[in-house]
Amino acid sequence: MATGLHKSDFQNPVIRWVDARLPVFTMMQKEYGTFPTPRNFNYFWNFGALAMVNLVIMIATGIFLAMNYTAHTGMAFDSVERIMRDVNYGWLLRYAHANGASMFFIVVYIHIFRGLYYGSYKAPRELLWMIGVVIFLLMMATAFMGYVLPWGQMSFWGATVITNLFSAFPLVGESIVTWLWGGFSVDNPTLNRFFSLHYLMPFVIFGVVFLHVAALHITGSNNPLGIDPKGPQDTVPFHPYYTAKDSVGLVVYFIVFAVLVFFFPNLLGHADNYIPANPLVTPPHIVPEWYFLPFYAILRAVPDKLGGVLLMFGSIAILFVLPWLDTSPVRSMRFRPLARPFFAVWCLCFLVLLYVGGKPPEEPFVTIARVATAYYFLYFLVILPLLGRLERPLPLPESIARPVLRGGGPLPAGAMSKPMEKA
Amino acid sequence: MADSMAQPAPQDGETRRDFLQLVAGSFAAVGVGAIAWPFISSMNPARDTLAVSTTDIDLKPIAAGSAITVVWRGKPVFVRSRTEEEIKSARATPLSELRDPQADQERVKKDQWLVVIGICTHLGCIPLGQKPTDERGPFGGWFCPCHGSAYDTSGRIRQGPAPTNLPVPSYAFTSDTQIRIG
Ligand code: HEM
Ligand code: FES
Repeated sequence: MATGLHKSDFQNPVIRWVDARLPVFTMMQKEYGTFPTPRNFNYFWNFGALAMVNLVIMIATGIFLAMNYTAHTGMAFDSVERIMRDVNYGWLLRYAHANGASMFFIVVYIHIFRGLYYGSYKAPRELLWMIGVVIFLLMMATAFMGYVLPWGQMSFWGATVITNLFSAFPLVGESIVTWLWGGFSVDNPTLNRFFSLHYLMPFVIFGVVFLHVAALHITGSNNPLGIDPKGPQDTVPFHPYYTAKDSVGLVVYFIVFAVLVFFFPNLLGHADNYIPANPLVTPPHIVPEWYFLPFYAILRAVPDKLGGVLLMFGSIAILFVLPWLDTSPVRSMRFRPLARPFFAVWCLCFLVLLYVGGKPPEEPFVTIARVATAYYFLYFLVILPLLGRLERPLPLPESIARPVLRGGGPLPAGAMSKPMEKA
Repeated sequence: MADSMAQPAPQDGETRRDFLQLVAGSFAAVGVGAIAWPFISSMNPARDTLAVSTTDIDLKPIAAGSAITVVWRGKPVFVRSRTEEEIKSARATPLSELRDPQADQERVKKDQWLVVIGICTHLGCIPLGQKPTDERGPFGGWFCPCHGSAYDTSGRIRQGPAPTNLPVPSYAFTSDTQIRIG
């Protein structure tokens, strides 16, 4: 350190010169090259990388959309239609951005499901998990404000209903809503600030994703068995093993994305958003974008305004304390014969909520939503805490290498660590 | 940070340094608050938005039993010419049946004319019931399609998730057939 230069292992003189002064190459090599990763990942472990790619796509398409978008109530709708009809490839940018948001939520929901099933939220990854929940919240805020920008009927009424959620809070509620609006209804000041924030938030997300990955590289990745790697025989270097596996997933992801963008670009959207916003007429059936439906269903399941709002926020807030609600020391549900069916029912409830959230608020949907909401919370607040005590988990494998390499008895340590050294 | 620095052992309880840290910390907090305030405040309604606006309405063309919607401060205001039965049914309702108890007499200036802000007090949709063809819900007033709140012929909440009655804006009769809102 006396010379103040980093001792670089790179041979290329240019890279070496830079690396000695700013060791970014060493860092990349350490974090994404040789980084020891459990050898038994399945394809659920693709979704973090996919989410990162998706974020980059959102930022790229968004910046180019913003070059032709006008954030003014009198011009926003027409500027988006101009993007669709007159701007070169404008239709592609917009459809990629709109469907990219849907893809982002599909990817992140699967990513969260992975964490729930394999117990990735448990010690020592509690903070990593909580940072993930923060990213999820920021994503929802970003997508909500983005959906307001085209200033169609759903944009306007979605913005009205969601900002009005805050009016449920006693005393300060009305002032908060006026402050959010910058006026007495959703109007031009609201559209302007939403555009400003919609541009900003993805970069905030980028920063929080960096923290997410930094925390991940301290604890290391969880894996389908949920047991810790015990040595080099249990891990492989990230590159080329998982760069390759992630690439396979990426190809499938792009196929699904392309089918949406090129063949069904409006499948996940709502036709009413092609009607310009009209503050005097509420569409007969307003629904948020599909990715908000489970939470919207929880909101509507409660007949009381404040209660509905609290329960809706609570359904996400509860994820923050999940690491302490689940008292079982066993991470992977593969070894939890009781937790597994209870979790399956929870997933079913989540999907049911997604379905009824898009239905009108009448019977039988109201009752179904209430039952599913009750189970959603029961699972976290009662079932998981109790199972930790009552359940008898299956015996855990001794190491990751053992079941992966199948052979019955332990292999000589040397034989297993050999393939590693090549990388 | 200061903890990690070698400090002389405090002689008798608090030291001058503790005091200086507290004072500096408090001033910094006040400073941050003072700097944050203009940013937060800039998001509240601007002066032109606030500028009191008034809207004049001619009631003559509104036939008994029908209603019009006017815009005041960017919000829809419902002006309804009520029929005798509608007034009667609003007044016959005992206050004990109401979620947000208020007598019909307190909500109107002249029995025939009901003036309310046409925004559902649940989450802000515009309730149906202005057009003759609209669904008016089980209480004959308005029905909100968003989450099913129903209002009566006095604009009071009777059913559904909305917590309060449709608010009555401040208005005055400028002549027998004219009102000014605001
Ligand atoms: C986390 C990343 C992002 C998400 C989830 C997201 C989501 C959305 C959504 C759902 C829409 C509405 C699409 C529609 O129905 O038309 C939208 C619109 C828009 N977004 Fe984003 N966005 C993201 C990042 C960005 C960034 C970084 C920019 C850069 C300025 C941007 C600029 C825009 C613009 C200009 C529109 C309006 C044009 C349109 O409606 O297509 N977005 N965004
Ligand atoms: S906004 Fe009217 S019932 Fe919800």
